[in-house]
Parts: sequence; structure tokens; C-alpha cells
Amino acid sequence: MDIIEVRDVTFGYPAMDGAMPCAPVLRGVSVKIAKGEFVAVLGHNGSGKSTLAKHLNAILTPTRGTVLIEGIDTADESRLLDIRRRVGMVFQNPDNQIVATVVEEDVAFALENLGVPAAEIRRRVDEALNDVGMSKYARHAPHHLSGGQKQRVAIAGIIAMRPDCIVLDEPTAMLDPRGRAEVMRTLKALNKDHGITVVLITHFMDEATQAGRVVVMDDGKILYDAPPSQVFSHVEELTAAGLDVPQTTRLCYELRKAGFDLREDIISQEDCARAVARLLG
Amino acid sequence: MFRDISIGQYFPGESSVHRMDPRMKLILTFSYVVMLFIAFSGPSLLVGALFVIIAYRVAGIPVRLILRGIKPIIPIVIITGILNMFFVEGKAIFSFWVFSVSAEGVRMAVLMALRILCLIAGTALMTYTTSPIALTDGIELLFAPLGRLGAPVHEIAMMMTITLRFIPTLIEETDKIMSAQKARGGDLESGNFLQRVRALIPILIPLFVSAFRRAEELALAMECRCYHGGEGRTRMRILKFSSADVYSALFMAGCVAAVVALNRLGAALWAL
Ligand SMILES: Nc1ncnc2c1ncn2[C@@H]1O[C@H](COP(=O)(O)OP(=O)(O)OP(=O)(O)O)[C@@H](O)[C@H]1O
Ligand SMILES: [Mg+2]
Repeated sequence: MDIIEVRDVTFGYPAMDGAMPCAPVLRGVSVKIAKGEFVAVLGHNGSGKSTLAKHLNAILTPTRGTVLIEGIDTADESRLLDIRRRVGMVFQNPDNQIVATVVEEDVAFALENLGVPAAEIRRRVDEALNDVGMSKYARHAPHHLSGGQKQRVAIAGIIAMRPDCIVLDEPTAMLDPRGRAEVMRTLKALNKDHGITVVLITHFMDEATQAGRVVVMDDGKILYDAPPSQVFSHVEELTAAGLDVPQTTRLCYELRKAGFDLREDIISQEDCARAVARLLG
Repeated sequence: MFRDISIGQYFPGESSVHRMDPRMKLILTFSYVVMLFIAFSGPSLLVGALFVIIAYRVAGIPVRLILRGIKPIIPIVIITGILNMFFVEGKAIFSFWVFSVSAEGVRMAVLMALRILCLIAGTALMTYTTSPIALTDGIELLFAPLGRLGAPVHEIAMMMTITLRFIPTLIEETDKIMSAQKARGGDLESGNFLQRVRALIPILIPLFVSAFRRAEELALAMECRCYHGGEGRTRMRILKFSSADVYSALFMAGCVAAVVALNRLGAALWAL
């Protein structure tokens, strides 16, 4: 059963008063995401990643085409809360998505909105904080936390809703390497232990290589949709689409071009090191 | 430069005043203000003063903090005192030119000063012993009946929470912008008043732009977390009245009764 089904979606932002209608930002996007997947979405600036993400929980609705979340059409306004409860969204700047002045109150926010009884909120908040490893900070003020910790609080605020899927729009872009590692570890654990589907929009190739599947967007269209090793073997095409490839892939690519015999699907550092060691004899 | 602004003036503690239900504290503070205004004799105002001193004691808040709260309003107290002294009619005890000071006027001046001091001390005690979040919760619950009549009670409480949440963030941002402008040679500290006001513009504009961007992102994040106003909303923390709340309410009722009784007595004594 697909959690998310995007069918031939076209979307253009409404034109500012009287100006020419904007060119569509999404142009015929189709993608299906099954339960439990970990999908990374790549694409250069302005390729429409955030716009696509906002279609997945009915913040935006398609101009043409349909988006189905567990079979619910996002255009159906009466099901708005049902959709948002199923697909949670985390944004880039952790400062701008924390509402309350105490960590645990913030994690409780979505549940309070959904009208969950107090005792149940308490239980789920404690659980969510535990899942992201932030139980110790339950009573802290958010502005005293590090970027990675704030982002984990934001994630806790989403998973407290027990969504089937979390969509994260560049959640690590403002974090230092340690914060990034914390967030990635948390996401992988949620995906593996709780079976939560993760859609991760990112500019970091090393994060994309950890996903089970990579979707590459280019000017409002899907350029590739395949496992990382396959996607990253298209070094030239990705570079043309304004994207980096992981350093390991780049190294193997350059070596191959120089006439060495290397496989095309190497992305992990271990595989790369092994392959190079073999070349050296 | 902005780091040391303290938000609100909450002094965390474990006293029974701290642990009281914020709703009860709001009610009692309001009753206290009313009590001060119905107290018009010396002895009854002394009851008011005694009440606030006892409350500070129980709360474990040093009484010298009263002075800190009072300092900014001393000029107001003095001016009202002087006005009272000169303009209240009565037996003149001292006069020059067209002015005369009456005994009644002096009495009024003293009572009014005492009343204002108690007022400030009493309301300050509430903010000293109640965290801003608890206060917001208390206000929202206490005024919930008004919400049913259409007043935007939930919205106001939400705005208060968000304001409290973003004050530290915006202060930090102001600091950053000021450093950035200084690094570009911006001079914020010298020059006359007008020049310094003008130097603030390059700080305020980026601050506003960023505050609007933050507001937009926050609204989006709140929508994603199923926020749809106060309707059907529950709360994780449920406020409950405890025995301390009951006792303090009884104590307050006793003080009000004493004030009413002493008003009569004081008036009778004054008439003698
Ligand atoms: N609210 C908006 N109104 C009008 N146009 C918008 C709006 N938001 C985005 N756009 C335009 O839509 C296009 C795609 O934007 P989008 O934010 O989806 O890209 P993105 O892939 O997320 O880019 P980035 O990597 O910079 O986050 C851009 O050309 C952008 O200018
Ligand atoms: Mg984006």
C-alpha cells in the first residue's frame, strides 16, 4: 500500500496581482512512496523540492493532477486534519517551528490541537522525547538548546502525532556536522524501529547515500528515481543538473575516466576504499 | 547590550505561594486591588499593607524587592501626594498666598501613597511567583467563559505564548545585527540623540524583515501541526485548585471583612 501517491501533478504559484501568470514550478510530477521507505529528494535551488513537499500534507494543492495520502485526496478540505496527522513536516530553521517556551509543551502542541486527552498527551510526549533522545531536556527552554537538539525537539513534536510519514525540508541545512549527525541518526532510528516513512529533502550527498531511494528533481520534473548507487552512477547528468555527487562516486568516476576498471555503483566509503585497494594490488 | 534584560521578573521557588494555582493568584490579586480601593481609613489600609508583607514572607521573596518595584513610580506617588495635600478641602493647617494645606489633605495624601505602594507590591508579587507560562494558562482558563461569548481569549493567550517564546530569539538576533553593523563601521554609541536614533534604522529594518519571515514560517509550522484555533483544543497540563488555594482565599476574605469593619471604625475615630 502506498502512503503517498503523487499523480501527474502540475503546480504554479498564483500570480501576483495583474502580473503574468507564473510559469509552473512542478511540471507533471508522479511519484509513489510505500510504507517504511526512506526517500531522499535532491535538486538544485528552485527545482521545486519544497513546493513538492508542501503538496504532501495539503499546504498546497495541485493545479492539475492529484495527490493521495493513504487514499485521501489532499484537495478534500474536510479531511485536512486527517492528512496532516498522517504526514508530518519538519522545516529548515528549528527556531521558527518551535511554538512553546518549554520543550515538552512544544512537543505536546500538535496533540493539544488534535484534542487528545491530557493523560494520553503526557504519555505520547514522554515517548516522543525518548525516541529522539531528548527526555533529559523536557523542562528546558528551547532557546538554550543547540541547533541539533532544537531540530530533534521539532521532530519529536511531529512524531508525537504518530504520523505514518515525516517529510523534512532540509532539516540539517543550518546545523553543524555534529547536529547533522544527530538528526540523521534519529531519522534512521525512527525509520528502522518504528517503520515511519521518511522523505528527506537535502543538499548533502552523504545524507542521500544513506537513503533507500533517491529522487532527483530538475526544473519541476523528476529526473531520476532509483536507489542511490544507481542514481549516482549518472555523474555527468547530475553535474549538468547543478548537483554534486558523493566524493566517493566522484573519485571512482575520475579513476574510470583515466582508464581504471571500477564498478559504477560504488557509493559507500568502505566499498570505495576496497575497490581502490584492489586496484593498487 | 540586550543580554541582561530579564523577561518578566519571575523568581522560581517552591513556596506555597509559588505552587498556588495561577487562576487563584489572578483572582486574589484582583480582589486585593479592589480591597485597596475600598479601604479608605488608615487602619484598614494597614490591613492591606500587612497582607502583602505576610504574602512576601510566605513566598520567601525578599521584602527589599518591593522597593525595586516601587522605584520607578516614586515621582507619581509624590505628585499625587502634593496634589492631594493642596486640593482637598478641609481645615487649613498651613497656608501661603492662594494655597492652603488642609489636615484632610495630608491624610488623603498619606493614604493614597500607601495605597499605591501596596498596589505595586501586591501585583508585583504575582509576577515574582508565577512563571509567564503559568500566567498565560491561568488567563486563558479564567477568561474561557468570555471566549464562549466571542472574545478572542485563546488567540490572545497564544499570542502571549509566542511572544514569550520569541523574545529571546529576537534579542539574540538584534545582538547579531548590531555586531554586523558595527563590523561594517556602523556607529551606534556616539553622536547626539538624533544621530543615535538614525543609527538604529539599519538595525530595525533587518530585524523587522526577519521577524516577518519568522512569523510566516511559524504559521506554516503550526498549520502542519494541525493548529486550527482554540476550538476542540485540549491541554497537557491541567490546573487544579489545592488546599493552599482554599486557605489563601479564606485569608483574603478575612482581610476584606477586616477592611470593611475598620473603614467604619476609622471613619468614626476621624470624626471625633
Ligand atoms: N510562495 C511562493 N510564491 C511564488 N513563487 C514561489 C514561492 N515559493 C517558491 N516559489 C518559486 O518556486 C520555485 C521553486 O521553489 P522551491 O522552494 O520549491 O524550490 P526548492 O527546490 O525547494 O529550492 P531550494 O533548494 O532553494 O529550497 C522557485 O523558482 C521559487 O522562486
Ligand atoms: Mg526549498
